Amino acid sequence: MSAGTPPLSGPPKPQAKGLNCPKCGAAITLHSFGQAVTVVCASCHCILDAKDPNLAILQQFAAATREVKPLIPLGTRGKLRGTDYEVIGFQRRSTKVEGVTYYWHEYVLFNPYKGIRYLSEYNGHWNDISVCKTLPTAQIGGVTTANYLGETYKHFQSVDASTDFVLGEFPWQVRVGERAAVTDYVHPPRVLSSEKLDKEVTWSIGEYMYGREVWDAFKLSGAPPEPAGVYENQPSPVAANVTGIWVAFAAFAVFLLVLMAGFDMRAKKEPVLHETYQYNRAESKGETSFVTDVFELTGHPSTVEVKTYAPVSNHWIYLNYALINQDTGQAWDFGREVSYYSGYDSDGSWSEGKRNDVVVISSVPPGHYYLRIEPEADPSLPSIPYTVDVTHDVPVFGIYGIAFLALLVPAVVISWRSYTFERSRWSESDHPPMEVSNMSTSSGDDE
Amino acid sequence: MTQPVANCPNCGAKIVFRWSSSVQTVCEFCKSILVRTDVDLKKVGQVADLPPDSSPIQINTEGKYGNKAFVVVGRILYEYDQGGWNEWHVMMNDGASAWLSDAQTEYALSLSSKVQNLPAVAQVHVGQQFTWSNQPYTVSVITPAHYRGVEGELPFQYWDKTDVTFVDLRTESRKFATLDYSDPEPALYLGEFVEFDDLKLKNLRSFEGWR
Repeated sequence: MSAGTPPLSGPPKPQAKGLNCPKCGAAITLHSFGQAVTVVCASCHCILDAKDPNLAILQQFAAATREVKPLIPLGTRGKLRGTDYEVIGFQRRSTKVEGVTYYWHEYVLFNPYKGIRYLSEYNGHWNDISVCKTLPTAQIGGVTTANYLGETYKHFQSVDASTDFVLGEFPWQVRVGERAAVTDYVHPPRVLSSEKLDKEVTWSIGEYMYGREVWDAFKLSGAPPEPAGVYENQPSPVAANVTGIWVAFAAFAVFLLVLMAGFDMRAKKEPVLHETYQYNRAESKGETSFVTDVFELTGHPSTVEVKTYAPVSNHWIYLNYALINQDTGQAWDFGREVSYYSGYDSDGSWSEGKRNDVVVISSVPPGHYYLRIEPEADPSLPSIPYTVDVTHDVPVFGIYGIAFLALLVPAVVISWRSYTFERSRWSESDHPPMEVSNMSTSSGDDE
Repeated sequence: MTQPVANCPNCGAKIVFRWSSSVQTVCEFCKSILVRTDVDLKKVGQVADLPPDSSPIQINTEGKYGNKAFVVVGRILYEYDQGGWNEWHVMMNDGASAWLSDAQTEYALSLSSKVQNLPAVAQVHVGQQFTWSNQPYTVSVITPAHYRGVEGELPFQYWDKTDVTFVDLRTESRKFATLDYSDPEPALYLGEFVEFDDLKLKNLRSFEGWR
């Protein structure tokens, strides 16, 4: 920011003002030029009127909370969203919910050109806060919401916030013990808050910040405190848009279906063998194997489907197959069982197995082929017919099922993680999810 | 546009009006408040030095509002129980007069409105709605303020005021309105909140230790 040429009769450059505490005599420096309304003596904790050249004492608060130390020391400068800011004030606030006191901290940031901004910290969760320049509107309905700059914020909680400890300069009349009614509405990563003190309502807008961003901005040493639990406006670590994932999943599913339909249409599905054989136990002493007629597979290497049908009923038949290439001698061995059982028991009728069996062999090169079949059957079965159907070039859909699952699993996992994260978030609100409301939960179990 | 020139009746210093419609100015040298009775100046009072304040704006600060350039020519400083704010009188390059306010570096630009039949101060309460120029405004705060001082050129006489009441009205957008009850007849200003960066201000004050 260049100041340009100084005016003819301009006042001297404002500079940080040094004063002394009227109570204890400690040096007090006003860093925010004329912006401070109250300033707190760091050594005796008097709240002083910063507008009064003699710094009249406005309040002195109990020293019990003196050990409260700001994580960002007063006077620290940092760069937040491209603008230099100096930490000039710090306050600890608290609220009591069902007998438990919760504490959070607020830092007053100052830039002589851009003005005042705030940082808040609760359990390692940070927010970058500024006063709203336009007025949000609140709708009271089934779910109370507030609208700000075209976005809808959901009511999260209303608390009574009291100021317990103050340090440094404040651009308003700060007092220890002062209570304000604070209402938060969330639209992660933003939070819209209204703060009602006496009759005045101030709206502010905050955006979630990670501790490491604050540490980077103010070049602080060490590591920021680990955030505990899920904060009201913390952005979900899960992909921002669960709906989007399901839309993408649906698009992929449709694509897979189209692909399946395409391959199904392109497949020749050419029948190459259809035979019915009879199994006779009496005849099958010793060698039972036999070979079928030769059939030709043409075109590119493709699938061969072998379908077996046997009218079994509370029996089994087992067929040892070998698909043999007459030209090369290459063989594919496989065994198939056809069994079907049914009956009645105390639960009613039941059945198990099927009279049909289908197997698909992939990547069979073209050539002349025959099947060698060696049947075995239930010892109680004297004789049974069975039919063998061989079809060349059938479409295989199993791979699509795997692809479908491969897409479905992450979508389900992401949805579940998002659901548990949101449940943790809202369990801390005035509107806890049903299953959480009866439990005393410590948040953050899901992370 | 020729600038009216005169001499301070108190100390004889040259007084140049940068804005032809200025009614009042403050002598830069002896701080006499001067009221124009065309080009003869009449000393009506004297201001004490203004208290140090934190505004980065000063007389001669230049900026832009939309596509119009402006220059700051005057100022009224007010105080209320939560602090103070400036109303900077700015001259737009089309000759119009406007006000740039900075309350804790929240900047807003407003223009005097000709709307008639304004409510009396006793009739106004927080939450009340008014519609001017098809825009609804809601009363957000009624501020009893204290006139603290003036500097530079103003479009009206403003030297004998002490306590004034302001009614701030907000909208769901950046627009706002202010009812000024410093005169028997209320005055309405309509304007909008502006971003510091959008004003492209030049000739700002410099602050020790800040760029």
